[in-house]
Amino acid sequence: MKLIISAQNPSLEAQVDRRFGRCMWLVLFDTETNQWEAFQNPGASQSGGAGVAAAQLVVDKGADVVLSGDFGPNASRAFQAAKIGMQRFTDSTTTVQEAVDHFKYVK
Amino acid sequence: MQIAVASGKGGTGKTTIATSLALSLAGLADVRYVDCDVEAPNGHLFLKPEFTESAPAVIRIPQIQTEKCTACGRCVEVCEFHALAQVGKNILVFPQLCHGCGSCTWNCPENAIVEVPNPIGTLERGMALENIEFFRGLLTISEPMPTPIIRQLKKRVYPQPNTINIYDAPPGASCSVVETLRGVDFALLVTEPTSFGLHDLKQMLGIVSDMNIPSGVVINRDGIGDDSLKDTLQDYNIPILLRVPFDRVLAESLAAGRTLVDVYPEYRDILRELYQKVTEIVGGKTK
Repeated sequence: MKLIISAQNPSLEAQVDRRFGRCMWLVLFDTETNQWEAFQNPGASQSGGAGVAAAQLVVDKGADVVLSGDFGPNASRAFQAAKIGMQRFTDSTTTVQEAVDHFKYVK
Repeated sequence: MQIAVASGKGGTGKTTIATSLALSLAGLADVRYVDCDVEAPNGHLFLKPEFTESAPAVIRIPQIQTEKCTACGRCVEVCEFHALAQVGKNILVFPQLCHGCGSCTWNCPENAIVEVPNPIGTLERGMALENIEFFRGLLTISEPMPTPIIRQLKKRVYPQPNTINIYDAPPGASCSVVETLRGVDFALLVTEPTSFGLHDLKQMLGIVSDMNIPSGVVINRDGIGDDSLKDTLQDYNIPILLRVPFDRVLAESLAAGRTLVDVYPEYRDILRELYQKVTEIVGGKTK
């Protein structure tokens, strides 16, 4: 299963970013292979439509679930249309690795 | 003559000055007051127009004809504003992000996009106190884009000889203010001697300088704060055209919907003199 996590830096040890559309990095993590890859969020520097720009990247990378602090109305609509699951971080989530571990644990 | 009244910081007195300037000039020329603060217009509270015309402000947004669409994604690629997204074989349209630029329609290789009107507000016109022709735009609540309404509003008040257009700008220093300033002969910048007033005035001075618009300053609530405003204006070489002292009676009267010239009639002549100075600065050239 492919997860995408919003993060402040491109690594598993990086702090998560609770903003989805404006996060700097989107980290793709494959739970079957434990491989990961980070992509710069094209929405981070947009004056508007950041949520849609970020969501388009998530859709294009074929993610099954996206994890972030919250999701705006435009991004939510795109994920619903693409049947991509949206999951919020818990209050205690700090790093990308923790977000992945928590996701695996609750599954 | 076209004058925009702008400030940067909100609540410095744009509408106070714009409405009383309109009233002071009403006997001298045809005056049109144009409320460009389409997110929160308030000029009508003072000039009391009777609106007799109303028209929808519309932008044209894309509608995808699914039977023609091949999901090539070209429209998503060209949309500068991320108003389109592609999910599998479907193109999603996000109307609130669309600026109505038409790039998607233009670039679609299959001619699969038609444009449909999306109303985002209204444009109103009516006659106000002292025969002032009053125009305003009103952005529908929850619609995020004021700029197209301001643009459409300004098209209705195309400048004419012996007509003075006064544009009451929205607060801030962003697109909607730039749209209000576009094409005017003069920018009257209303500020107050506070740090916040000065900070935003500097942003406005940058904008009018970039746009090559001559400007002058009105200092409202004069007497409070410190000298930093005065020092800055000297550095920028911008004329101070008027000072309005900080005054409790005036504040109370404005809050009750009265105008500056109603409370202090001597401001009629003062504002006419201000207009005279503006025409001298502009050099008698009216667009």
